[in-house]
Amino acid sequence: MTDCGAPEQTIDLPPGTNITDQAIVQGKVLNGPDPVAGAFVRLLDGTGEFTAEVVSSLAGDFRFYAAPGTWTVRALSRVGNGQASVQASLGVSPVNIAVG
Amino acid sequence: MSRESSLVSTEWAEQNLSTPGVVFVEVDEDTTAYDGGHLAGAVKINWKSELQDPVRRDFVDRAGLEKLLSAKGISNDDTIVLYGGNNNWFAAYAYWYFKLYGHEDVKLIDGGRKKWELDGRALVTETPDRVETTYTAKEQDASIRALRDEVVGAIGTQNLVDVRSPDEFSGKLFAPAHLPQEAAQRAGHIPTAVNVPWSKAANEDGTFRSDAELNELYAGVDDSKDTIAYCRIGERSSHTWFVLTEILGKQNVKNYDGSWTEYGSLVGVPVEIGA
Repeated sequence: MTDCGAPEQTIDLPPGTNITDQAIVQGKVLNGPDPVAGAFVRLLDGTGEFTAEVVSSLAGDFRFYAAPGTWTVRALSRVGNGQASVQASLGVSPVNIAVG
Repeated sequence: MSRESSLVSTEWAEQNLSTPGVVFVEVDEDTTAYDGGHLAGAVKINWKSELQDPVRRDFVDRAGLEKLLSAKGISNDDTIVLYGGNNNWFAAYAYWYFKLYGHEDVKLIDGGRKKWELDGRALVTETPDRVETTYTAKEQDASIRALRDEVVGAIGTQNLVDVRSPDEFSGKLFAPAHLPQEAAQRAGHIPTAVNVPWSKAANEDGTFRSDAELNELYAGVDDSKDTIAYCRIGERSSHTWFVLTEILGKQNVKNYDGSWTEYGSLVGVPVEIGA
């Protein structure tokens, strides 16, 4: 991801999603350049408290409907675990997680 | 009840996949997970289309459950071993549901699908061909299910345990963060409820925490009072009901399956927001 310009839209949102009132955190689980499917991706709030969990898609994608604020996304997978921090605002906030 | 009588390990499950009298049942939120791969011999139950009444907001009735379990090839004297994704939320819900209808021997795989997959254990796509049975259910056990009037009456008098995430409890979110933010008409929680998120009862791999950790976690639950657990639609609170009743052996614990989607849409009831 580059530092300037519009955030990359890594996954198509479901039709009808209103991004003006949702803070969407989404991205990919990656092992080097390769997407990791079937990883367990956990959304932790600013205090480290568990909030939600999804399983990454075949393309390694995950998505959460969060609220504006600071979140941690953490992935557990058979190739290893990893985590990343993200500052979410209304709209789509992209973040990838490196594992392995 | 105890951990030993209600929980089995993934290792035990793998060793008993073909044991006669043991039926593995997968119940998921993502009801397509089973189709992509499941434990060998496991049958699938769809928590929505098979356990809920298709018209009213309620469970299938006794005759409906008898028909379902008969068709799945499950007998009254079988040991039902449940597992599922999402940290066993819906498997715990099915556990509570089968107890509600009086099935004697039900167990949960500790850690569910997540632990099984992280262990690298085998999944298959073949579906089993079980012989139809004649299953007999009991009347619902009202001692483990709370309905809305009882919940309203419990404010300030019984233990109310809200097991949702802190942000749902405070009213910041309406639903778990992997779902679109919609559901009840109002956000917040039932007055006098304490917030003990279900997730605190589980390790990162989905297994339950130790008895010592769980006892400490629920130290604030007054054993001299009855307890009602709730969440958004009653599945995460089944997970907590399982911990309180089946692991810690507490008495008089009910699950409020109407949960926040019902309470948060009732006219005239008190609602609290904030932590």
